Amino acid sequence: MVTPTPKISVENLRLSYGHKEVLHGVSFAIAPNEILAVIGPAQSGKTSLLRCINRTVEFTPGAVMSGTVRVDGEDLMRMADVYGLRRRIGMVAPLPVGLPLTIYDNVAFAPRCAGLTAKAELDARVETCLRQAALWDEVKDRLDSLGTKLSGGQQQRLTIARALSHDPEILCLDEFSIAIDPVTTMRIEDVLQELRAHVTIVLVTNLTQQARRLADRTMFLWNGDIVEMADTDVIFGDTPRDRRTFDYVNGVFG
Amino acid sequence: MSVPPASPARQTRSALALWGERAVELLIRLSGVSAVLFVFGIFLFVFIEGAPLITDLDWSKAIFSPDWYPTSRENVRYGVGAMIIGTLSVTGLAMVIAVPFGLGAAFFVSEFCSGTLRETLKVVIELLAAIPSIVWGFIGLSVVNHLIQRFLPAPVGLNLLNAALLLALMSVPIIVSIGEDALKAVPDSYREAALALGATRWQIAWRVLLPAARNGLLAAVLLGVGRAIGETMAVLMATGHAVNIPTSLFDPIRTLTATIAAELGETAVGSPHYRMLFLIGLMLFTITFAVNLLADLAVRGVRRQ
Repeated sequence: MVTPTPKISVENLRLSYGHKEVLHGVSFAIAPNEILAVIGPAQSGKTSLLRCINRTVEFTPGAVMSGTVRVDGEDLMRMADVYGLRRRIGMVAPLPVGLPLTIYDNVAFAPRCAGLTAKAELDARVETCLRQAALWDEVKDRLDSLGTKLSGGQQQRLTIARALSHDPEILCLDEFSIAIDPVTTMRIEDVLQELRAHVTIVLVTNLTQQARRLADRTMFLWNGDIVEMADTDVIFGDTPRDRRTFDYVNGVFG
Repeated sequence: MSVPPASPARQTRSALALWGERAVELLIRLSGVSAVLFVFGIFLFVFIEGAPLITDLDWSKAIFSPDWYPTSRENVRYGVGAMIIGTLSVTGLAMVIAVPFGLGAAFFVSEFCSGTLRETLKVVIELLAAIPSIVWGFIGLSVVNHLIQRFLPAPVGLNLLNAALLLALMSVPIIVSIGEDALKAVPDSYREAALALGATRWQIAWRVLLPAARNGLLAAVLLGVGRAIGETMAVLMATGHAVNIPTSLFDPIRTLTATIAAELGETAVGSPHYRMLFLIGLMLFTITFAVNLLADLAVRGVRRQ
């Protein structure tokens, strides 16, 4: 069997904010078109891990990153065009940040930044992404109103639509469903299942059920270390390798 | 009894706190209302001093005529047309220079530089704002004056361009510091979200920060305009102070403010000339009021969009 080049490979990644190290040298690889769930308690480094993958962590003053992160075998830190990298990655933050623009402009933002100007093409892109994020029916009549005026759950779906708008190869979802009702969440999960045909997904979630439904493999991150990373069935099964995994998944952690 | 009675100490404190709160509320309301009172008071004072002349004046001549002969023996004429044009042209030209520079500098300080450079720039820019206007007048009189005469085809160095350059230099620090505050008030989460979408710094500045900070930036520009219109000493020294409708950048002009400053001390209290100067004050009032109103409407219009 030929193992394909991993989509993302991380080796000995360390990250610190000032004197506080939040990732203590983690290593793992994600295969193309895989869905990887990342679970773990608060402050375990899940969000920081995602921010390393698209290098937005550099935006935080005092953040120091070491080790290597490769996307398609290419070292992230040696990439000349960091904007090009970010255009290949869609990122959804747990607290939705609607840009102070109209709904349409929010979704059209990334394609426009990448240089797309044709109106018809932008229209089509906006509609597709809003449909994928299960938001189109609610906002199709008011695409010109401010995105920041939407409700919390709608804004979160707007950020999902936005993350899909530049047709990413990698999708990083950080607690994408905390403000979304269960029915809509299921619709978005269905879309994620379709997207996996051409997208690699990293899913940070506190909903262990969600990880179980979607993920091929699951990583249990705790205090900046990977406790265990294995097939989702194993992690959530009766016999994970590490006792702590079993305890966390079954809610007896502490 | 399962619920213990509230302690008496706690009850007195809450009553006290209630009164204290009312007092503070009253104080805040007073300071809010006082701003309105002061504006009205100033307007009323200026109006009363100028009022007796209002009915005697041929207003169309006063506003449009460039003939300003307040001390003529045979034929006194109070035409401020040239001064209105002078004030508007020098302010307009100053803004043409100051707005792009000021906003550009605000963006640079807030978004494109960091660390020591930023701190240094902020200190220097605030220092620039603290230079007294009379000192600017000196600079206009002795430095800009000679530079214009040497390098530009101008017969005199004290002219529209000289004053506009000074006013621009005086307005820029205000535009920069207020504009920078407006940009700083845009939450970092917007920047990071845009960054994650692959936006470059320029694209963030242009597509996110500009719309997000629009009102604050407009306020910065307006404060700059206000500074330029109201400025007196520097323009008195640098414009050439000649009653003249300018046809080129190198023509000397006279502004409304400088006229008041130069002539009020030499008029008899209660004379028509004295009253006319107060009416000029009213005109300045009207101009700044109109500018503020227009800006307010513009902001509302933008918001409705």
